[in-house]
Amino acid sequence: MSSLRFTEQALSDWMRSGGSHSEIVISSRMRIARNLEHLPFPLLASGEQAEEALNQLAPVFASNPAPDLGTFELVKLDELDELDKKVLVEKHLISPNLANDSRGGAVILNADESVSIMINEEDHLRIQCLFPGLQVKEAWERASAIDDIFEASVNYAFDDRRGYLTSCPTNVGTGLRASVMVHLPALVMTQQINRILTAVNQVGLTVRGIYGEGSEAVGNIFQISNQITLGQTEGEIIENLHGVVTQIIEHERHARERLLADSPLRITDRIQRSYGILSFAAIMELKESAQRLSDLRLGVDLGILENPSISVLNELNVKTQPGFLQKMFGDEMTSTERDMYRAKLLRETLGSQH
Amino acid sequence: MLCQECGVRPATLHFTKIVNGEKTEFHICESCAREKGEMIPGTAGGFSIHSLLSGLLDLEGAGKGKATAATNVQGLHCEKCGMTYSQFSKLGRFGCSSCYKYFDNALDPLFRRVHGSTAHVGKLPKRAGAQIVFKRRIDELKQEMQQSIAEEEFETAAELRDQIRKLEKDMAQ
Repeated sequence: MSSLRFTEQALSDWMRSGGSHSEIVISSRMRIARNLEHLPFPLLASGEQAEEALNQLAPVFASNPAPDLGTFELVKLDELDELDKKVLVEKHLISPNLANDSRGGAVILNADESVSIMINEEDHLRIQCLFPGLQVKEAWERASAIDDIFEASVNYAFDDRRGYLTSCPTNVGTGLRASVMVHLPALVMTQQINRILTAVNQVGLTVRGIYGEGSEAVGNIFQISNQITLGQTEGEIIENLHGVVTQIIEHERHARERLLADSPLRITDRIQRSYGILSFAAIMELKESAQRLSDLRLGVDLGILENPSISVLNELNVKTQPGFLQKMFGDEMTSTERDMYRAKLLRETLGSQH
Repeated sequence: MLCQECGVRPATLHFTKIVNGEKTEFHICESCAREKGEMIPGTAGGFSIHSLLSGLLDLEGAGKGKATAATNVQGLHCEKCGMTYSQFSKLGRFGCSSCYKYFDNALDPLFRRVHGSTAHVGKLPKRAGAQIVFKRRIDELKQEMQQSIAEEEFETAAELRDQIRKLEKDMAQ
């Protein structure tokens, strides 16, 4: 099946290059919400209307209008099994909402998986662009270009005063959610994180876990995004996010330097201990593996560990997710089996690197 | 205690907002609450923002039964998709793009609360946007013209009127 291509590998090709500030920033993501004129939003759309939205939107990318982004492929959600859906969510290629609740849902992906265009999610159209490291401006430009391609052939629901109309009032206006995924272990360890996150909230940004709304921050990875979509230009939103993230990077870097200067033995012990546990444990829960992989990531940046590479760590972050484990080691498994297979995967990946 | 907003009427509604563990309290009167678009507990169909934006507002435990007659927004419904305002306030989602038009009266306070603003200033769609640029310019000129008339500068007003006519003609093409 064609869709399997997107669920075979844990790491999307776009993630293989680091991008700027990659020691702290994992990725930058833009999401633009758009709706078609004259059709009810997916929430109220009948099966036929959902089909019509799909029929209006899907052909736009069938002619490969953006050759520099590679070929695009349409994947219909109801043609996927549950496991493939789960893996696509774990790779951030589709939202949990599209995977579980959509009618007539589909996603258009390009070859390196840096562009994901969701159809019939909460809105008719959700354009998502992912870039490694801190590249919010680049991600916005690409998303905006894809938006223009759609706008040339379909009529958007747009209002003079309110801007792009969306199903949820929290997205109206620009329809833009710009977010940056950051790894902040030193700020967590030195207990400065809450103070910083509070400050972030006061400037119109919000912090979530890595799997979006309502998800918990695991492995010291946080997703920082704009809250406001109305009354600010896209440029202002991106500028604001970029400015705040740059400051957070600075704080994290200072905190890392301080940790290394003030308690080098303790931090080395923590990192090597995590390496040891990941390399030899027989049972490994997701939360623990995320935390220990975070320690390894810090260890690599501080020069305490030579291996594994950041790319291997990014891959492990996805591979240790429940869906991907099932994909690799065979379908149905209990949570204990999953913890066992996760430990096996980690042992085999990290053990060979000694 | 006086209302924090107007400083005139006594505060009868007391909210505690907890965002990411940070607690803020505010005390306002009913009429300011309504203006701000806050849900007033005890009024049927009052807008409940907490069902919309989890964590933004925690209204549980606020003084119940103190509010009086609800506003007229609950009677609104969208003639295109049939969604009523009270359904909208429960679901936290619009049913179609026309809901924005039919619920317009109620949206300013909501958007001000959520976004701190009520009007879009960002990107315009290229095709539909060209018309909007014209329209915005015409609206601006009309305002200037009214201003000129009010100040009895009729010559300026006449010039503005001609500019408006020209733009309207261009727009029609």
